Amino acid sequence: MERRSPAFTIFIHACALLLAAIILAPIAWLFIMSISPAADLAAKPLRWWPQAADFSRYQTLLSTAENSAGAAFTSSLRNSLEIAGMATLAALALAIPAGWAVSRTPAIGWSLSMVIATYMLPPVALAVPLYMGLSHLGLLNNVFGLALVYLTILAPFTTWLMKSGFDSIPREIEAAAMIDGAGLFQTLRIITLPLAAPVMATAALFAVLLAWDEFFYALLFTSDQRAKTLTVAIADLAGGRVSDYGLIATAGVLAALPPVLIGLVMQRALISGLTSGGVKG
Amino acid sequence: MSSTWMTTRAWLLMLPLLVVMVAVIGWPLVDTVGLSFTDAKLVGTGGSYVGFDNYTNMLSSSNFSRTLVTTTLFAVVSVAAEMVIGVLAALLLNQQFHGRAILRALMILPWALPTVVNATLWRLIYNPEYGALNAALTQLNLIDAYRSWLGEPATALTALIVADCWKNFPLVALIALAALQAVPRDITAASLVDGAGPFNRFRFVILPYLAGPLMVALVLRTIEAFKVFDIIWVMTRGGPANSTRTLSILVYQEAFSFQRAGSGASLALIVTLLVTVLAVAYAALVRKTAGSAA
Amino acid sequence: MLRTITKTLVGAVFAGGLLVPHAFAETTLNALFMAQAAYSEADVRAMTDAFTKANPDVKVNLEFVPYEGLHDKTVLAQGSGGGYDVVLFDVIWPAEYATNKVLVDVSSKITDDMKKGVLPGAWTTVQYDGKYYGMPWILDTKYLFYNKDILEKAGIKTPPKTWEELGAQAKIIQDKGLLKTPIAWSWSQAEAAICDYTTLVSAYGGDFLKDGKPDFQNGGGLSALKYMVDSYKSGLTNPNSKEFLEEDVRKVFENGDAAFALNWTYMYNMANDPKDSKVAGKVGVVPAPGVTGISEVSAVNGSMGLGVTAVSKHPDEAWKYIEYMTSQATQNQYAKLSLPIWASSYDDPTVTKGQEELIAAAKLGLAAMYPRPTTPKYQELSTALQQAIQESLLGQSSPEDALKTAAQNSGL
Repeated sequence: MERRSPAFTIFIHACALLLAAIILAPIAWLFIMSISPAADLAAKPLRWWPQAADFSRYQTLLSTAENSAGAAFTSSLRNSLEIAGMATLAALALAIPAGWAVSRTPAIGWSLSMVIATYMLPPVALAVPLYMGLSHLGLLNNVFGLALVYLTILAPFTTWLMKSGFDSIPREIEAAAMIDGAGLFQTLRIITLPLAAPVMATAALFAVLLAWDEFFYALLFTSDQRAKTLTVAIADLAGGRVSDYGLIATAGVLAALPPVLIGLVMQRALISGLTSGGVKG
Repeated sequence: MSSTWMTTRAWLLMLPLLVVMVAVIGWPLVDTVGLSFTDAKLVGTGGSYVGFDNYTNMLSSSNFSRTLVTTTLFAVVSVAAEMVIGVLAALLLNQQFHGRAILRALMILPWALPTVVNATLWRLIYNPEYGALNAALTQLNLIDAYRSWLGEPATALTALIVADCWKNFPLVALIALAALQAVPRDITAASLVDGAGPFNRFRFVILPYLAGPLMVALVLRTIEAFKVFDIIWVMTRGGPANSTRTLSILVYQEAFSFQRAGSGASLALIVTLLVTVLAVAYAALVRKTAGSAA
Repeated sequence: MLRTITKTLVGAVFAGGLLVPHAFAETTLNALFMAQAAYSEADVRAMTDAFTKANPDVKVNLEFVPYEGLHDKTVLAQGSGGGYDVVLFDVIWPAEYATNKVLVDVSSKITDDMKKGVLPGAWTTVQYDGKYYGMPWILDTKYLFYNKDILEKAGIKTPPKTWEELGAQAKIIQDKGLLKTPIAWSWSQAEAAICDYTTLVSAYGGDFLKDGKPDFQNGGGLSALKYMVDSYKSGLTNPNSKEFLEEDVRKVFENGDAAFALNWTYMYNMANDPKDSKVAGKVGVVPAPGVTGISEVSAVNGSMGLGVTAVSKHPDEAWKYIEYMTSQATQNQYAKLSLPIWASSYDDPTVTKGQEELIAAAKLGLAAMYPRPTTPKYQELSTALQQAIQESLLGQSSPEDALKTAAQNSGL
């Protein structure tokens, strides 16, 4: 470790405190708003800390009484889970064979580059035909339709991660198994996939986060509780007739909870996933 | 096993992915190209061929040029700020201090927050009557009257950029931090012996290690910033007086609010072309930096 | 394992695609409402519950979106096979919806009793080209609300009768230090701003269109915008009005931070509810003022109707639901946040009780309702006008130039 002057040490700690404050303040405020009485949030000067914590809004939003505002919110929560889950599973199902193929046969790598290049396309460039196509298939306002569209956002990313994962597994291991008489799929199942399990987990988490975050397609392609996702539900809540800012904040906390927990628990995996791509370019 | 069989097998394994991508992205893209030469409405008839009219009308409209400027401004400023703040945060996190592990863990929070939640949160913070920003600045005596952050063209775009930057700089910081930790200790030590100042040390010793990963982050973030829709839709919907209207919002308006699918398609393709040019230019730059850093 | 997953997924996609439309043996209607002014979400849910109790074979799924999303959602849902059956639509959309075949023509279903019983002004909400595209449901205009407490403290006896007087009274309140910026409007870049502007256009006797061409850049249309700009620049108007929607105006008014506010019917009883509001019991309401020599009162037609979509597979049940929602009995029962479309309701004590002041204002205001232009290109016209209003308020352009540009960009 480098020797440091005391002044420098103090400077570093001050900067660290500042950074922590910048990161935490908005998030903390979101949570405080969710438990503050409505009157506190409209007070001037603003009351920064509620006299009595009020968790009733969580109850309101998570209630499942039929035809209530809570039912609308929980159904969007369920839709988001379903769509993210389906799209992620499907993305992995496509990414594992494709990622392995590109990793072992670099000659076809250009096709993956083409797939990844679709990331550049702004969703607005595809929205009109997609809208018409889904409409034709009866998949508008349908969780399967939205999951299918999300699949094309997730798959390039997961394939790329899987490919980097397979790259780090030596071919020799596979070759040895094959010499022992194992077929290709047997080799993959017994040798390669277990070794790639951590990468698969990382890819799945990324996929879930991406799907959870999506807004534009969900805004266009869903119209009610049958398929509306959480992001659209929150935008509707924030734009509609809610005089209580705390309720909007509560919806925000609930929507942020799953990805934030995933982020905190799996941060090491996520960062390595991000940087492995980053470093290799 | 012959190499032809290997290649055929690889293509077979690749096939499902390619089929899905062509069906859900390739075909709509081709269809958008077709639409862009018609006056089709969103609902109803297919419309008739109008040649390049949509393109010439769009490119010559003042809406387009103004929106292009707004979008570029948003993309350039927010990405630049994210890069600078991100690298500074990474340099800080690369130092030894108490609570470093916790702080590094916290960095993931803004990034994990869904974009729409982030936008909603900042809209509440910027609320002109009851928002936390006005309250905090007034109580600290930094401003004497509440202000309309999202209602003034002078501050609306900046306010959006701050919100976007807050969510995205931690990602840059984490990527840069990982790269920093790959810098061999003896190299920094050697430069200390050579008497290099802190700035020169960063510029000539550390930056080359960061360049590659940062370029990738830069490319991804720029493309995303150029396509920006969600945060603006939730926070301002393009107002006040269209001062925060970006290209994606303009396409939405044209194709979905006004239901002019044809002219919306032409605008969407112009945006696609711009992003592609940007990405290709960047890719060339990445290859160059990667070459010089190696 | 992989193949099983793929198979399950493919199976799921197909099964899902087949199952969704016929999941219920009974009829299921999907209805789109807004989460903004007028009836509250709870009211709409309660009315619908009563309907489904009376008609157990029909199930109604309710969807609420912000007003800002109502038009786009309706149009976009046209493409989905299982779209909405019943949609709420604003008075400005029948032209577009009829032209693009979003709504079905229900002229044959409008009975003589309906024609006689419903206020004539309400019918304009659902008519285009002589045909009926639904039933009026929300009969609404913008009223001038005032805080009785603040006016009393300022020594003001009667609320303003003209817009000029409104400015003068606001000045008194400001000078006495009661409020920094006494007037609140909804001038955000949205339809809300057009509603405030239209109210003023009606006061100044302006015209939106003349022979199908824009005319708002002349005469009363120009005076209306000039009034807004003057009020904004004088500091009597809350400068945050330029990013307010109706809900923000309500919040500010209920918090006692505005002496005057222009808003829809629903604010009267909400601001009078002590649970949410700090100004309960002090809420005064009058018709929006007029202009000396031109008008006594002013008003915008902000009414909305319920219609059956062209893609509905159950148009008969949908119409039955609309009939129930718009019936006099239902409307009288929920007359607190939105007033009935039925003429005789305004003399019915069950409706008027406890809100006599509002009813008195409504009788004058509703009679003076002024329409926004009827054109299939309304969205474009409105967008251009919103921009003109904001640019003038922000001083980026003079009202004259801004409105001239809007006339060029209106698509007309």
